[in-house]
Amino acid sequence: MKLRRSMLFLPGANAAMLSTAFVYKPDSIMFDLEDAVSLREKDSARLLVFHALQLPVYRETETVVRINPLNTPFGLPDLEAAVRAGVDVVRLPKTDCAEDVEVLEREVERIERACGREIGSTRLMAAIESASGVINALAIAKASPRLIGIALAGFDYVMDMQTERGDGTELFYARCAVLHAARAAKIDAFDVVWSDLNDEAGFLKEVDLIKRLGFNGKSLINPRQIELLHNAYAPTEEEVEYAGRVVSAAAEGERKGLGVVSLNGKMIDGPVIDHARRVLQRAEASGTRK
Amino acid sequence: MKIVKEALAGTLESSDLLVKVSPGPGAGLEVVISSEVMQQFGLQIDHVVRDTLARLGVTAGLVVVEDKGALDCAIRARVQTAVIRGAEAQTIDWSALS
Repeated sequence: MKLRRSMLFLPGANAAMLSTAFVYKPDSIMFDLEDAVSLREKDSARLLVFHALQLPVYRETETVVRINPLNTPFGLPDLEAAVRAGVDVVRLPKTDCAEDVEVLEREVERIERACGREIGSTRLMAAIESASGVINALAIAKASPRLIGIALAGFDYVMDMQTERGDGTELFYARCAVLHAARAAKIDAFDVVWSDLNDEAGFLKEVDLIKRLGFNGKSLINPRQIELLHNAYAPTEEEVEYAGRVVSAAAEGERKGLGVVSLNGKMIDGPVIDHARRVLQRAEASGTRK
Repeated sequence: MKIVKEALAGTLESSDLLVKVSPGPGAGLEVVISSEVMQQFGLQIDHVVRDTLARLGVTAGLVVVEDKGALDCAIRARVQTAVIRGAEAQTIDWSALS
């Protein structure tokens, strides 16, 4: 189980940030070649990201590149750069249907063959940014075995819905649809960015909501948000203590050859054990909640 | 690659560099480097710039580098971008960029 609570956006044209972002230790670092890069710097950002991806300091962190859409002149060259540089995951923006993912997958495989990279080693994620994308979320989520997750992108989505960001009501259906599609496809789900850096309380309120809904994590636009997010996702001491007892009881049951075990009179089955393991994993990654 | 026009790449922000390429006055290749860390890393910067140019097959022109403490990866990326722009290259040979 790969932890993907925090996915930090980095503008691909910024040499300083690309050289130093690993110090912030998000779960995933996403080099952005799309919206964060002006049209005249698309070529230079692509090469900066191409070389940054090959820095040894990024071997310890999952790397993601958000390419431009493949129906633009920038999409395919972005993909060439990302795959050839050894990126872990390619993020496709503006995914409206399963065919968008299938086209991407074919191009990725072509590039893997051309550069001698192991076929299938480049993973994918799809960002859903429109009403069509939300409606087709399940088909998108199941479109390729390379997909590690799908993400909801809030700004374009609310524009498409002819509304605006507010208290989250405007995203409620999309969040639930994307999340259900991801879970049905057994892949991860990522929530929208929170853009008001000065509204920490609003950020934490939204994190609490998406955590309770079941999202794996959130796209972030500033390193300041990483620790806040990780802490919010961290279990309490009581949760860790209980999870430890669940895992121990399950191990004991397995040793004794029992199909089902109980703890304090409560049955412990597969989903409860899986949840306990996730709790311990989060605690190991960032301790208990402060 | 043959540099056929003047071109720029990069910025003068910290940890970045600005690269300017032009066809140059003579037939050979001239590289001019200034850096805030010239004393410590001048030789390394010069090596990275010349190696990047050699891999691109650049044998003539003037290349002016103003470095603000960039890592090697940024130096390679900015030099490559400036050359590709200056050569008006339409396709990219990725094997020459690695």
